[in-house]
Amino acid sequence: MSAPVYIAGTGVITAIGNDTAANLDALRSGSAGMGPIRWLETRHQGQLPVAEVKSSNEMLAEKAGLPAHFSRTSLLSTIAAKEALQNAGIPDLGKWRTGFLSANTVGGMDKTENFYPAFLQNPAAGRLREVVHHECGAATEITADELGIQHYVTTISTACSSSANSIFFAARMIRQGLLDVAVAGGVDALTRFTLNGFNTLMILDSQFCQPFDENRRGLNLGEGAGYVVLVSEKVAATLANKPEVQLSGWCNANDAYHQTASSPDGTGSYLAMQGALKKSGLKPGDIDYINLHGTGTQNNDVAEGTAISKLFAEAYPPMSSTKSFTGHTLGASGGIEAVFSVLSIQQGLIYPNLRWETQMKELPFAPVTTLQEKKVEHVLSNSFGFGGNCSSLIFSRIN
Amino acid sequence: MYIRSAAAVSPQASFEALFTGAAGYQGEQLSCIEPDYTSYIDPKLIRRMSRIIKMGTAAAVESLKAAGLEQPEAIITGTAYGCLADTDAFLSRLVEFKEELLSPTAFIQSTHNTVAGQIALLLKCHRHNNTFVHKGFSFESALLEARTMMGENEITTALVGGVDEIIPASHALLRRFGLYRANGDSLRLVNEPAKGTMAGEGAAFFVVDTQQSANSLARLDALQTWYKPSTPNRVADGINALLAEQGIEWKDIDLIVAGRNGDTGDDALYDLFKKDIPETSFKQYCGEYPTATAFGLWLASHILHEQRVPGVEGLKPRRILLYNHYQQTHHAAYLLSAC
Repeated sequence: MSAPVYIAGTGVITAIGNDTAANLDALRSGSAGMGPIRWLETRHQGQLPVAEVKSSNEMLAEKAGLPAHFSRTSLLSTIAAKEALQNAGIPDLGKWRTGFLSANTVGGMDKTENFYPAFLQNPAAGRLREVVHHECGAATEITADELGIQHYVTTISTACSSSANSIFFAARMIRQGLLDVAVAGGVDALTRFTLNGFNTLMILDSQFCQPFDENRRGLNLGEGAGYVVLVSEKVAATLANKPEVQLSGWCNANDAYHQTASSPDGTGSYLAMQGALKKSGLKPGDIDYINLHGTGTQNNDVAEGTAISKLFAEAYPPMSSTKSFTGHTLGASGGIEAVFSVLSIQQGLIYPNLRWETQMKELPFAPVTTLQEKKVEHVLSNSFGFGGNCSSLIFSRIN
Repeated sequence: MYIRSAAAVSPQASFEALFTGAAGYQGEQLSCIEPDYTSYIDPKLIRRMSRIIKMGTAAAVESLKAAGLEQPEAIITGTAYGCLADTDAFLSRLVEFKEELLSPTAFIQSTHNTVAGQIALLLKCHRHNNTFVHKGFSFESALLEARTMMGENEITTALVGGVDEIIPASHALLRRFGLYRANGDSLRLVNEPAKGTMAGEGAAFFVVDTQQSANSLARLDALQTWYKPSTPNRVADGINALLAEQGIEWKDIDLIVAGRNGDTGDDALYDLFKKDIPETSFKQYCGEYPTATAFGLWLASHILHEQRVPGVEGLKPRRILLYNHYQQTHHAAYLLSAC
């Protein structure tokens, strides 16, 4: 039996709240975070709804304790990661080997796209401070430096599954004795680059998204950051608030079907969920809640749903897509939904899949549409992305 | 962990070419000598692939072939900059056409995991697939993940690679940070220290295995990274500890493969480790870039396997320390031994 890895703290910032408590309130009250574009400068303002964090860069910078000209990505990341470490309350953190394992898809692109117009006119033009944090690793290092984490830093980018992968890489590092404490998850800020990219793929919904609905029209982009603090058994023993949740299973599989589209039978999704169950030693019937990837696109929901119907045919657990609250936060989604999964177990909550109306004809099950309060022991969280990347995590109550 | 095979698309034609006549480059950068991709990839697919995808895929296919392995149990890549050509293409059009008339092709291929995803697609490999994008630790993170997966008994083999490309826009940008010398001569880069280095690029892929096999190139005994060490001596202490963990001393190291890039400031750190041990370097062959250690590992693996060192006659090293730092922020040490 391998050593357990405990969840000692959570930190999250999304369109539905600037910290864990505010996100939990919105999840309880069914308040979605989508709305007209306010902060992102784009010609799509007024046309496409997005789920923006409800703060300007100046407001975020103040909260993060960083300069306002830093990328929004680094501001969001620092706010959520700081909350996670505070929430964990690890005494004498300095004596442990601590790592920061983050993930994102476009790094400091929100600044690079401001730099590029001048640079395209003249390669000697444009302020370098706008582009110095372009790389994906830059936001990670800004946050790590703010947190005083030096022992290990890394960044993963596997499109929309990015931060699920950073969480279980962190878990493996703890189990292998390479780290004692890890802050793991991911971040992404809204950018014109991603908004236009998804728009050219014609998978953005011009209304609020309706995941797993027969008449779904696409996804709403969101932004945010979500981190969990993972600790070894030894560190857990020193905590005043004993952890209630552990990461019990994970798997990363590849659909190997198409660069952007999921295979119709959801091969990658199926293998990821099946692999995570195997790793945890659980049976499909043990899962009390599935936090769906559930983007609201035609392609994702039918592929994910088909895979679920193969694996869970005997008894479908309650499931929902919290992207109906936060929008699709891309590289942050696995981290944000990991926080929601931990909260589901801690609070005994199953969140509603907002705006669901019509049963999908391909599927024999429907998502949960109203808040349910019940004991939750095991949660499966799915994150799938471009490049065929599919990852599933399982969080379990510590008994 | 054993290195079963190593293949690179780099500014050098082959390991052999380093003895018969290494390719030299003048100016600010070194560029990859690209192979005939039709021997690795279906010509129909080649047309749609950008240069970095082709370089990565060719190195991956070559390393699998050399290992005699059809399906790795994991595909893990490291890339600091990702798919720059497609990122630049989409961003430039977005700016020029003011967010109108865009096509999705460049966007689709701009994501950092495109190379790993395309390799999976080509191999129809449904196993673990991951991409690390952390500056000078991108490749080291990929190798470390393979090690943790082996430690968890999740896998016995993995395809691990490091890949980064230079495009005109990225070079125009990076040179403004004063990183490069104006009139570089790559083969003299390390011998004539000055301000600035030369930019490089490349793809190097490895099949790693928990078991030794008949054609294993080398054994990777240890890999350690240090992020922003408060003093360079912390790295020196770290390497001492690494050697102690392996039960060896400095005198047991037969060759140091150093990441010297010719920049006076950067190279001063390598002098801290200068012992009475033969040293060779690799950036005169591949240039400076965040995943250059993948090329360094390729070189060190072949040195151990073939028992010959480019530029050093008669040396038959059994044990190599590969040490590199990227911009004095990301330090990595690899301890390798001959099989």
